Amino acid sequence: MTANRPWRPIWRGRLHGAELTWSIAFVLPYAAVFAAFVIYPVGYGLWLGGNPSLYAELFSDPRYVTAAVNTVLFVALAVNVQMFLAFLLSGFFARRRRWIKLLLIIYILPWTLPAVPAFLSFHWMLAAGEWGLINRLLSVLLGIDGPYWLNQGWLALAWDIVANIWKWMPLWTLIFLGGRMAIPQDLYDAADVDGASLYRRFVHITVPLLANLYFISTLISTIWTFGDYTPVLFVSGGAPAFSSDVVSTLGFHYALDFGRPRLGVAAGLSVLPLLIPIVILLMRRLRTTEVQL
Amino acid sequence: MSMALPFGRPRRRPHYRLRRLLVEAASVALGAVIVAWSLLPVYNMFLVALDPEGHNEFSGELWPSHPTFANFVALWTEEADDVEHIWGQFGNSIYIGFLVMALTVLIGSLASFAIGRMRLGKDWTLSNTALLTYVIPSSTLIIPFLRVMHIYGLSDNLWAVIAAEVTFATPYAILVLLQYGKLIPSELDDAARIDGASVVQLYLRIYVPLAAPALAAVGTYALLFAWNDYFYQYMLLMSERHTTVAVALEQFFDDDDAPWNYMMAIAIVYSLPPIAIFYALRRYMARGLTAGGIKG
Repeated sequence: MTANRPWRPIWRGRLHGAELTWSIAFVLPYAAVFAAFVIYPVGYGLWLGGNPSLYAELFSDPRYVTAAVNTVLFVALAVNVQMFLAFLLSGFFARRRRWIKLLLIIYILPWTLPAVPAFLSFHWMLAAGEWGLINRLLSVLLGIDGPYWLNQGWLALAWDIVANIWKWMPLWTLIFLGGRMAIPQDLYDAADVDGASLYRRFVHITVPLLANLYFISTLISTIWTFGDYTPVLFVSGGAPAFSSDVVSTLGFHYALDFGRPRLGVAAGLSVLPLLIPIVILLMRRLRTTEVQL
Repeated sequence: MSMALPFGRPRRRPHYRLRRLLVEAASVALGAVIVAWSLLPVYNMFLVALDPEGHNEFSGELWPSHPTFANFVALWTEEADDVEHIWGQFGNSIYIGFLVMALTVLIGSLASFAIGRMRLGKDWTLSNTALLTYVIPSSTLIIPFLRVMHIYGLSDNLWAVIAAEVTFATPYAILVLLQYGKLIPSELDDAARIDGASVVQLYLRIYVPLAAPALAAVGTYALLFAWNDYFYQYMLLMSERHTTVAVALEQFFDDDDAPWNYMMAIAIVYSLPPIAIFYALRRYMARGLTAGGIKG
């Protein structure tokens, strides 16, 4: 097959002939998916939510203002708490003990559980008043009567945040654990020779080497959390009276319950001023640095 | 130890031993907290699913005093009122989940291979394009998606959900695979090329085997993505024949008088496939996770 092809130096430049054709063919499926299911719906969505009067209506709706504040709280708290704890816990799980490896298997379980049943379980732990598991535990262990968790907007939102952290923290812990495992042991050995304390090893080796991974993971997690409606929809259900809704779930209510799809799209698009800078930052980071997710 | 002892093991200083003991005690305590934190909602699922009473008379005990598997049996035989279509719904969920998994791995790996390994273009063109998918939250895009799927003739079609979920799972797959592809030495491709390997052979014989841990990780991610989704399945599938388990669970949630013990029994069964897949592929993925580099 190759006998009469002239020998070429080890290839580093452009593709030719069959290689070029096949490479283009390999990209085509994704290009088709992108054109059909990203460009078209996004363009259509921008057109649906393009009328400025929609935004005037949104900002005059007190439910929207509450939802916007909730969204910022939800994303900022859920992302930062889970990232920070995941980073610390990855150090704990990096310890070479058999029982810690077994513990990791249990710890990953929330991430593998489907969101809807897991969050419905959260709802049932909280919503059943004094019979919910949380309040039963509080009364048996501590002898106190727990509140009706989902009857106050800020408490309900706090539980939505807890549920999001519970579900997603294991994924980031695994990613940071992979990052820690990839740090060459020589660095720590050298630090030992120099008599560095645990604290100094952490601050001068672990933190700088994982900083980029941490930053990129935080950006990705922020983008995902902006779109994550499941805790709000299933843990608190936006109760009471929309006060724990975030922008995306309020958008559903506009579109489905009030028959205002354009207003629903506009509610979702209103987070773009926060989301676009994060996406651009992530693009630049991924372009200039290497990180293994 | 400043002084070398002539024989025997050097004695540890007592406060050093005490510190080790404290560290051990602290990690056991942390381990107990982690177990409670991770398993409490799971325990609650079992507590409700094993309870004979599903309605408001739920006993509210901390452990099941009259555990019964009757709820699971009712699921199995589809005998109770709210679960008569449950296995058809399971079939739909599995159909969607595994096709999303397969297509995400296939489409994502083909594109990352062509750009990252064959250098059809710069890496960042693909990763930036993929990230554009995330500019509008997927929860907002559902509204335009409804109309777009109607135009494509995919109303009330499982393929509409598959297409949407592949669209949102592929960008992350591409980010992971592009980075992982850099860990495979390009000399392997060059050597195979000199021996006359075609692009398809490079993909099948070199890329797929060597990137297998990353492919397994990405596949699991895509499956979990499909299994986590609710809203696309709810909005894009209207007929009862096409609903999925996630949608059925939500209908229990909407109904104040619904039997919660059936719902939790369904929830437990629904949770099993992704857990099984994840733990089956875990050993495989661990290599992918720990082989990662952190440059720059």
